[in-house]
Amino acid sequence: MAIVFDGTRESYVGGLSEFLDSGQKDVPEWVTALRREAISGFAKLGFPTLSDEEWRFTNLEALRRGSFSIAENGISGVSEKSVDSCGFPGLDCLRLVFVNGRFATSLSDAGDAGEGILVKSLSEAISEHGDLVREHLARYADYEKDAFISLNTSYFEDGIFVYVPDGTVLEKPVHVLHVSTDEGSPLFINPRNLIIVGQSSVAKVIEHYVAASQSVYFSNAVTEVVCGENANLEHYRLEFESRKAFNFSTLRVNQQKNSNIASHSILCGGAIVRNNVHPVLAGEGCNSDIYGLFISEGRQHMDNFMRVEHASPHCDSRQFYNGVLDGRSKGVFHGRILVHEGAEKTDAKQTNRNLLLSDTAQIDTKPQLEIYNDDVKCTHGATIGQMDEEALFYLRSRGISMRQAKIIMLRAFTGETLEHMSIDSVREALEGVVMKWFEQRLQNGKRG
Amino acid sequence: MLEVKNLHVQVDDKEILKGMDITVAPGEVHSIMGPNGSGKSTLAQVLAGKEAYEVTEGEVTFQGKDLLDLEPEERACEGIFLAFQYPVEIPGVANTYLLREALNAKREYRDEKPLKHVEFAKLAREKMKTLGIDEDLLKRSVNAGFSGGEKKRNEIFQMQILEPALAVLDETDSGLDIDALKIVANGVNSMRDSGRSFIVITHYQRLLNYIVPDFVHVMVDGKIVRSGGKELAHELEEKGYAEF
Ligand SMILES: Nc1ncnc2c1ncn2[C@@H]1O[C@H](COP(=O)(O)OP(=O)(O)OP(=O)(O)O)[C@@H](O)[C@H]1O
Ligand SMILES: [Mg+2]
Repeated sequence: MAIVFDGTRESYVGGLSEFLDSGQKDVPEWVTALRREAISGFAKLGFPTLSDEEWRFTNLEALRRGSFSIAENGISGVSEKSVDSCGFPGLDCLRLVFVNGRFATSLSDAGDAGEGILVKSLSEAISEHGDLVREHLARYADYEKDAFISLNTSYFEDGIFVYVPDGTVLEKPVHVLHVSTDEGSPLFINPRNLIIVGQSSVAKVIEHYVAASQSVYFSNAVTEVVCGENANLEHYRLEFESRKAFNFSTLRVNQQKNSNIASHSILCGGAIVRNNVHPVLAGEGCNSDIYGLFISEGRQHMDNFMRVEHASPHCDSRQFYNGVLDGRSKGVFHGRILVHEGAEKTDAKQTNRNLLLSDTAQIDTKPQLEIYNDDVKCTHGATIGQMDEEALFYLRSRGISMRQAKIIMLRAFTGETLEHMSIDSVREALEGVVMKWFEQRLQNGKRG
Repeated sequence: MLEVKNLHVQVDDKEILKGMDITVAPGEVHSIMGPNGSGKSTLAQVLAGKEAYEVTEGEVTFQGKDLLDLEPEERACEGIFLAFQYPVEIPGVANTYLLREALNAKREYRDEKPLKHVEFAKLAREKMKTLGIDEDLLKRSVNAGFSGGEKKRNEIFQMQILEPALAVLDETDSGLDIDALKIVANGVNSMRDSGRSFIVITHYQRLLNYIVPDFVHVMVDGKIVRSGGKELAHELEEKGYAEF
């Protein structure tokens, strides 16, 4: 019997015991205890509503009315070939595949990551390296304050686990492919990822979410990242979920002294999407570069929620988010910078630029500075506009067609964020996706 | 080459060109002078196909074709080039990329094969050298952060690459230092031939010492009020536009 949630708070709370009975028997007791604790968090919180300040622009009514169930089947329907087609040409990487939140061993190739490095599924890590996982899992993403983190912590089945010991370079990027499939009724999928980069270590992880079919489902991913002293992590979140999916995700990063992270979020799929990026610059001298690009059309809704928390002195953070919106789609950029009392010499900068391709697309952009220290430099800026007519005319006056001129302008706009990706093959693949998306817009549209 | 007859143009219900006439034969250089706001740039932009300007009356024929019927890109491919008075900055689009796209669009229009990267690079390098343009400028975004003079030089550089039949230079001399002025003028003169025409819009007779025009026209309040030879420019320099 499938475990079904009818959308109410009670069903999500009540479903946990059934979930624990069904597939979670061999799991260590501490994990079960964690799930129980987390669901009591959700029991208190419930799903957020429009009256929650942080959810003002995103209506979850449809999610609350939806019925979802835990996947029953295995990886059937996902072929090696379809997985290969999600790869990045020429990229030498480790690949781990998850289908509906479960590890697909036969489709994965974790290869040899290197001396002392662990790249495997979280469920394996829990049984093989319990203490290491326990030290970090659910220590950063707060299941008492965030309903989606509560749900994920209660119901996660699997996800990626990356551990890079001190002083080690993970040579190959890790490509984590999360595939959702259609099992006839809408699924509830909770990928859970944990990435630990040790002192002075280096890693690159690409989380990649795709759909095998354009079905309705509720996916809710949580990734925790621990960046040790002087560590360096580049993280990608590429969201190409089904156009009917409810998609929620959280990237929670804990940065120790002098560590660097670059985070890239690309949002493309989904019906209602919320992407939370929440780095805490916990040690001195950290650097966080957070890039995002969201492209939406039709009635898609994309909510980008940033919370950059400066908790120590001498840290720099940069947020660069660009949005391209067409049709009747809606975008939200909520950029919060929180500077704690002791965080002197904070340098935080935030930029959000939006390009509206139609008269009916909408964007709400909201910077929010919360500063408890005088000795800081915080700037933010947002722009909303159509494509620059003067520039289009200039290009056309040189013989370039209207269509090509628009493509050039769009490439320049999206390039502002994509150009910061250090993995060329990923960047090029994304440029290709963006161009294809845009060419389709031009074909369908009155514009062109 | 170009024939403009009784051209009336308005923007936002305001009439700016009020019966403009000008005829340019192949190989000729025409200069248009006139006070600020008289409509010189409007004429230039209308020739290039700017949509905000509405043609309410008159006609424009270019090499036997009805120019007003063509899209801006078609006009460019047919051989019209406008050096903008205020070149547009386009962040994120490399100068060389724009140029190669433009040149290849034009070649495609003429059913010619696109130029290969190396061929284009060679061509660009040649032209750059004669215009004293730094290679650096090629890699930078179109006009973004260029100095006033760099922008103008870049327009002439584009013109040299695209080899138009009719080039309209809208105050290309403004903002150029004396050396740059000579370089730009040489760039224009080196392209003069019996098949190519120029319309040079300027406020300064000085430019016309270097680019010697066949005709000088005075434009006031949306039309040509007087035409003459190159000596007319000297006269204007002395007396100004008061008599018009
Ligand atoms: N888009 C517009 N909207 C309103 N008025 C305009 C517009 N474009 C031009 N004009 C007006 O039309 C008139 C002619 O402008 P134009 O730029 O053609 O003059 P010009 O002869 O090139 O002047 P200058 O010597 O200063 O460059 C001016 O009064 C100007 O304000
Ligand atoms: Mg002008």
